[in-house]
Amino acid sequence: MSTNGHLTAKDYRTDQEVRWCPGCGDYAILAAMQSFMPELGIARENTVFVSGIGCAARFPYYMNTYGMHSIHGRAPAIATGLATTRPDLSVWVATGDGDALSIGGNHLIHALRRNVNFKILLFNNRIYGLTKGQYSPTSELGKVTKSTPMGSLDWPFNPLSLAIGAEATFVARAIDTDKAGMTAVLRAAAEHRGSAFVEIFQNCPIFNDDAFAFVRDDKEGVNRVPLRDGEPITWGAGAEKALRQRSDGSIEICRADDEGVLVHDAHHEGAALAFALSRVTQESHGGTPVGVFRDVERPVYDDLMAGQLAAATEKFGEGDLGALLHSGETWKIG
Amino acid sequence: MSKPVEQLSQVIVRFAGDSGDGMQLTGSQFTSETALLGNDISTLPDFPAEIRAPAGSLPGVSGFQVHFADFDILTPGDAPNVLVAMNPAALKTNIKDLPKGGTLIVNSDAFNERNLQKAGYATNPLEDESLGEFQVHSVPLTSLTVGALKGIEGVTPREAERSKNMFALGLMSWLYGRPIEPTVEFLEEKFAKRPEIAEANVKALQAGYAFGETTESFAVTYEIKPAKLTPGTYRNITGNQALSLGLVAASRLSKLPLFLGAYPITPASAILEELAGYKNFGVRTFQAEDEIAAAGAAVGAAFGGSLGVTTSAGPGVVLKAETIGLAIMLELPLVICDIQRAGPSTGMPTKPEQGDLLMVLFGRNSESPVPVVAPRSPSDCFDAAIEACRIALKYRTPVYLLSDAYLANGSEPWLLPDVESLPDISTTFATEPNDGDEFLPYLRDEQTLARPWAVPGTPGLEHRIGGLEKADRTGNISYDPDNHDLMTRLRAQKVAGIASDIPELEVDDPDGDARVLVLGWGGTYGPIAAACRRVRTGGRSVAHAHLRHLNPFPRNTGEVLRRYDKVLVPEMNLGQLLKLVRADFLVDAVGYNRVSGIPLRSAEVADAIEAMVDQ
Repeated sequence: MSTNGHLTAKDYRTDQEVRWCPGCGDYAILAAMQSFMPELGIARENTVFVSGIGCAARFPYYMNTYGMHSIHGRAPAIATGLATTRPDLSVWVATGDGDALSIGGNHLIHALRRNVNFKILLFNNRIYGLTKGQYSPTSELGKVTKSTPMGSLDWPFNPLSLAIGAEATFVARAIDTDKAGMTAVLRAAAEHRGSAFVEIFQNCPIFNDDAFAFVRDDKEGVNRVPLRDGEPITWGAGAEKALRQRSDGSIEICRADDEGVLVHDAHHEGAALAFALSRVTQESHGGTPVGVFRDVERPVYDDLMAGQLAAATEKFGEGDLGALLHSGETWKIG
Repeated sequence: MSKPVEQLSQVIVRFAGDSGDGMQLTGSQFTSETALLGNDISTLPDFPAEIRAPAGSLPGVSGFQVHFADFDILTPGDAPNVLVAMNPAALKTNIKDLPKGGTLIVNSDAFNERNLQKAGYATNPLEDESLGEFQVHSVPLTSLTVGALKGIEGVTPREAERSKNMFALGLMSWLYGRPIEPTVEFLEEKFAKRPEIAEANVKALQAGYAFGETTESFAVTYEIKPAKLTPGTYRNITGNQALSLGLVAASRLSKLPLFLGAYPITPASAILEELAGYKNFGVRTFQAEDEIAAAGAAVGAAFGGSLGVTTSAGPGVVLKAETIGLAIMLELPLVICDIQRAGPSTGMPTKPEQGDLLMVLFGRNSESPVPVVAPRSPSDCFDAAIEACRIALKYRTPVYLLSDAYLANGSEPWLLPDVESLPDISTTFATEPNDGDEFLPYLRDEQTLARPWAVPGTPGLEHRIGGLEKADRTGNISYDPDNHDLMTRLRAQKVAGIASDIPELEVDDPDGDARVLVLGWGGTYGPIAAACRRVRTGGRSVAHAHLRHLNPFPRNTGEVLRRYDKVLVPEMNLGQLLKLVRADFLVDAVGYNRVSGIPLRSAEVADAIEAMVDQ
């Protein structure tokens, strides 16, 4: 019996009580995910969520699929072993800014460069939540927290720039409260073969409330810069603002009716444009791009590995244990 | 004209030269030739961690010791009878091991001022009295080789000189009546793409053999009769090769695809390299970004229904601790191979030690029991690997396989097993609910206490597992005090219960009246067994028991220990098993401990045993 078929969001709920703080952005992400999953048409039993440690890492407990809540930062490594041995599965990693970018930074960048076939959802709230409010690798410089009473000293990561630098083939950004936008991004991520990296701006109402208020509450669209493939990048209440590339490749703001307005091309093979877009921030440009930054095809690690196994079997035949043990120089006694 | 032949029962030859002199190749070819004669063999390479230390320097010396005999031998030997030294540095670092009267063959061409200086010799030892107590054969190996290779087109003088190791091999082959044909075949195959190099090496080999026949330097040749070994087909095998084959066999025997996650590290890398060649056996090898990812990927593969394995040495294993803790909590099968090397920290990467026993038993947070299996010889790594996989699969637990650099690189003849005789270690996946309509991922098998293994893709058994404490039966997150106490005890009981599923500890006491028991574990089997033989030959009785399972111990271990007046525990550490047996069995055992980065010397162990027997 397969559970594939007429599933609804309800089928993806577990009997476990959801234990995020009231008002946490994770609830919206979970709801969006549960609503979106049936659309994929993948049997529940063929879906696996893997996570590390942190608030976001509780995610698998609330998805009625297979799941593993593992160790801090290691989810991409564990998912790599699972995805490469089980190409029939749809594997998702739920992680946070501390989990993915601090303790698990090494696993993240290597999974992305290998292009292992799983989807990484990074819930970025720019703070450590589960350990109660220390600054994270995405916290702004000078962040005053319990562990940094005089302000944090380290420059933050830009998660999208990092992913693009790590050779990611799919990079996108979504906002927890924007269900339609997030679903579109999840859909594109699911359709992408290989690693997909999705940063989700997620509000932590307890330790870093309103960190993303400029886009979460941005009903008029004055701060969100929607990225639509093949369309000019414009935004603002009347879509009057636009982006264009300078001769050095960096991006500047212009008027929508100016010449040279950038037309978004997520499938552009080179990573320069996607990288330049990842540098467009609220602080630097007064706007925050959301949507799919980059979506290109590259050989997938799992496929390459399976290909080598098939090629070796083709060449040498299915392995024969007896023959293997007797290979090399042998001699007989008696 | 043939020279007189003298019969010997056993010989230990050590080839020593510069890292670039090809001593490992020379030694392994001498071993192949010897194996074909039916002698029993044991070998031990000894090489520096540096790939190419400065030529002619003391740290750059690489050695290979071969012990061969007309009886079954247990070790590569404490000290060589014959030392082949290709340069002054090799002489300097090895001469202290050659007993008085031992045979020394040196390449006199290499004893020039520059090399003597690099080795720290003020005067040429070949020209003073310092080697007076040895039988010295000073042979100009380099110039003889270059002379023999004159006229081969396309071979540079440098390449001709590099063939001198084959000249030395030819000479040694003649001296001990070894056939050189297998080496000729080997060279022709190895250098198939450069026939002129093959020709040069073959010529050098033949010239060395002919030199033995004609020179007056050697008056006799030696013969070592074949050993009476168990009939069957043999191949020479190193511990790392045997371990790799054991993992492939375990994959076949369990009908599960093998997934190896590994990060390159000495002396374990050879397993990754070996297994990477078995893709037609469905073996997936993943060279991870670090040791942690290597272990993590293996756990991920195990969750998906593969036989998950990770291999490393102590400095890497220490990084895997958190992943092993997770696997304990998840109760998924995982095999961790620790090829122990001298430590702490980076220590001495190419040198063996048994220093990781307490780490693998206790080097994790909280109560986290893990079964431990330790092979006793290079070929035993095959069976030990299968045993580790068997336990992991049957009990859904991580299992440590504790080998060491001595077993990993050492070799011995391996009586090839009949595939049909290998154990069935297959396991079953859960396919349906186990409690009415419900699936309880932590509902245990009554006998083994193992939980069901339900792999993703199985409809109706969707479940979530993780590192947080599990509620009994359901596997849901639980902070209930009584539940945690129960689960902690269940995990411990599960591992302890394996004692009923492993063989009892056997005692070797041929005289039957020993009052002293020698208890060893793992890779020290050879030296300890050889030491016991020596003690018995000297007229004393001693019993020897060797542990293969270090957790849990065989169920009769305490009873065996208490049967003897005294217990000696020789180890290549400062007393780790000793601490365990004293704590677990309240036995006043005494340690014999060496942490010199070389295998235990059986003569020294024998001295320690005799001293205890005579007390």
